[in-house]
Amino acid sequence: MAAISVNKISKSYRNIRALQEISFEVKPGELFGIIGPDGAGKTTLFRILTTLMVPEEGTATVNGLDVVTDYKEIRKQVGYMPGRFSLYQDMTVEENLSFFATLFGTTVRENYDLVKDIYQPLEKFKTRRAGKLSGGMKQKLALSCALIHKPSVLFLDEPTTGVDPVSRKDFWEMLRRLKKQGITIVVSTPYMDEAVLCDRIGLIREGEFMRIATPQEIIGSYQEILWAVRSSKMSALLAELRTFEGIKSCFSFGDTLHITVSNEQLLPATLKSILENNGHTDVDVYPIQATIEDCYMLLAK
Amino acid sequence: MLILFGMPIVQIILFGFAVTTEVQNIRLAVLDPSNDQATTEIIRELQANTYFGPVMYVHTTEEANKAFLKNKADIVLTFEENFQENLLHTGTASIQLLVDGTDPNMCKILVGYVSNILTTYQQKFSVSDRTKTQIIPHVKMLYNPQTKSAYNFVPGVMGLIFMLICAMMTSISIVREKETGTMEVLLVSPIKPLYIVFAKMVPYFVLSCVNLTTILLLSVYVLGVPMSGNLGLLVAISMLFILVALAIGLLISTIVDTQVAAMLVSGMILMLPVILLSGMIYTIESMPVLLQYASHMIPAKWYIVCVKKVMIEGLGFSAVFHEVIILFSMAVALLTVSIKLFKDRLQ
Amino acid sequence: MDNIVIETDLLTKRFGNFTAVDQISFQVTKGEIFGFLGANGAGKTTAMRMLCGLSIPTSGTGTVAGYDITKQSEMVKRNIGYMSQKFSLYEDLKVWENIRLYGGIYGLNEKEIAEKTDRLLQTLQFESERNTMVKSLPLGWKQKLAFSVAIFHEPKIVFLDEPTGGVDPVTRRQFWELIYEASDRGITVFVTTHYMDEAEYCHRVSIMVDGRIEALDSPKNLKQQYGVKNMQEVFYHLAQTAKRGD
Repeated sequence: MAAISVNKISKSYRNIRALQEISFEVKPGELFGIIGPDGAGKTTLFRILTTLMVPEEGTATVNGLDVVTDYKEIRKQVGYMPGRFSLYQDMTVEENLSFFATLFGTTVRENYDLVKDIYQPLEKFKTRRAGKLSGGMKQKLALSCALIHKPSVLFLDEPTTGVDPVSRKDFWEMLRRLKKQGITIVVSTPYMDEAVLCDRIGLIREGEFMRIATPQEIIGSYQEILWAVRSSKMSALLAELRTFEGIKSCFSFGDTLHITVSNEQLLPATLKSILENNGHTDVDVYPIQATIEDCYMLLAK
Repeated sequence: MLILFGMPIVQIILFGFAVTTEVQNIRLAVLDPSNDQATTEIIRELQANTYFGPVMYVHTTEEANKAFLKNKADIVLTFEENFQENLLHTGTASIQLLVDGTDPNMCKILVGYVSNILTTYQQKFSVSDRTKTQIIPHVKMLYNPQTKSAYNFVPGVMGLIFMLICAMMTSISIVREKETGTMEVLLVSPIKPLYIVFAKMVPYFVLSCVNLTTILLLSVYVLGVPMSGNLGLLVAISMLFILVALAIGLLISTIVDTQVAAMLVSGMILMLPVILLSGMIYTIESMPVLLQYASHMIPAKWYIVCVKKVMIEGLGFSAVFHEVIILFSMAVALLTVSIKLFKDRLQ
Repeated sequence: MDNIVIETDLLTKRFGNFTAVDQISFQVTKGEIFGFLGANGAGKTTAMRMLCGLSIPTSGTGTVAGYDITKQSEMVKRNIGYMSQKFSLYEDLKVWENIRLYGGIYGLNEKEIAEKTDRLLQTLQFESERNTMVKSLPLGWKQKLAFSVAIFHEPKIVFLDEPTGGVDPVTRRQFWELIYEASDRGITVFVTTHYMDEAEYCHRVSIMVDGRIEALDSPKNLKQQYGVKNMQEVFYHLAQTAKRGD
């Protein structure tokens, strides 16, 4: 049985379609990523799955329970961490954790093993007010609070937004450890580089999934000819490649430009010499493997 | 927007009509044992005056007191026996004016009206008779012989404070959770929405009870307001009123989504009518009929009446039965509606 | 040197006995895209506030656009633009009203505003959205508009605080193209970001750790110096040395 099963769910706000006939399944123990920018409908989807909202059309089940009719039972079995770390800012770290434990009719001691890893770095600040913690710390505390009742499914809505790369990396390591304990995790993120850390991902855009597969499958099905180009004058290079015959698209990617080539006769060495003739120095052109971000941009077209 | 443009209109109308210091439709009861020409003329003069409503005749002192206590009359006029004879022969006659002193403003106005009419009559009488005569009104204030204003404002302040603490604070504390997002987590937890509501109300209920104690202690020992009635009854009624106020706060929190809105709604929409229409400052009896009806909707009005009756006038449960029933039904209705409206989902 | 638009010397900010920014000294030149990186709580926001004239340094000095950040903060504010992820535009105003408002705040006259508004909307290809409420624009569009508004009065420097958080990949790149254009026009861009690929787009990058600037160079040199392939690894390398837990 799937841990989560969503069947043609739609939801609108006034006249804006937030979700359009979304369907997907998440297997038990899977780490499923919903990848897309702000406003793509990620939060709405989470709210429906955590029974905070009722879909207009379609059905969804969590642990086999219907999100509309069995919502009371679902609420006992899931953990949810909303986008803005929902903590009581004027309660201490310790008070927050025990408050959430009490809320679910359990105690911190009972399930401490599960959150130990995550909570430990916070122990020394346990008398500090949650509002005074840094972003990374708040994130850890919010995760501990969402886990304290030992949920079988964990929903994390943009847990890494606005958090620095180091804390983000830590966070994903925590998620992998949680996954080993058999918890099903659904996580959303606008950071495309985090996609490869998931077992399977759904690329979401304007309320619709463009593709649901493993990151490797998505990358593997990328059909375009993709090259990285670099020179000493990047902005001039960008302008030039944008108008270059036989190049479909050109975007900056870190210290290189990624181009998709439509002219199959063109070779990297040829392009390199053309660019050098046009006055570019330190030119580098080489084929590369696509990233999830390349795939997203291609699918979004 | 509605608040910005609507409020001035409501306030102007409220102040313009409610806030008149004139007292109208005064209910007058008369005990007239002499029943002679002079007393009949005085009564006729009083009746001719637009401020007074129809006169109610009583025949014994007990009846007069009863009319007053049952709140059927605002003022009781008692002529002395052989009024005209005394006036003609001794040149002086006396009238006793019995008024309710708990509302000093109203009391002064009433006495003023009656004295005015008496003076006019006295002048007329003197002219026709060419002798110097004098009608002496003896004013007797019930409940508040020194016309202390504390007698009036203590019940009012109690109504106001409980409204403020309970309605405003409950609504703000719930709405704050909506704003910070903690409400989302609370809702997703298996805890019943009823518990959330309950958990939000209990602290403010306790807080209000503490406030009740302080207010009562201060009023009795510092301001010298008497505690004439049953303390237990007063406390019970206050708790009932606190419950009504809490329910209103809860209702507000289910409607609005931001703390600012909660503040505005509870502040502007609740406080002002409470101040203006509860009879705390302006006498309800002298308001236009429409506003009088509107005042029936204000829980604080009923509460203030109860406090006056129990605390100052020392009346028992039977005297406030009517008000208690109204407050009770308000509490039940408001609680039911707001708990129904309290969603266990977003939107 | 005339070319230096931001210069700090041992700039420090203490809150009680907590040193948020610890003696930072650096220079930024005209037209440069300067990436200001650091972990959460490393002191970026505090440093940025001082440079914008919003917070007075505890010690040390700094000049921005040639004005002292302590004594001439009003002049500093007049010569900079500012945009952040959280606050940028008035949601309840239309696109043109927002532009008009900012133009007015910086004392531009009607004619200038009208002309520049047309040009701005044209460059962004926003002409059809002129009368749209800002709140109904997609996030990426908002951010692009916010940036254009922040440089509407042709400031010498524009400060961008995580301008692209949550923005979709295509719009994020278009945003950076706007940054390049501004830089080509001679506007200095001082930017913070959590996207490490964006760090690569900067001319020079500084990385703050525990209130101090631990590294400052071009992305290329930094990668060479630490012997790693990308800025992400440079960042990990440095940020992991942080002692300050919070």
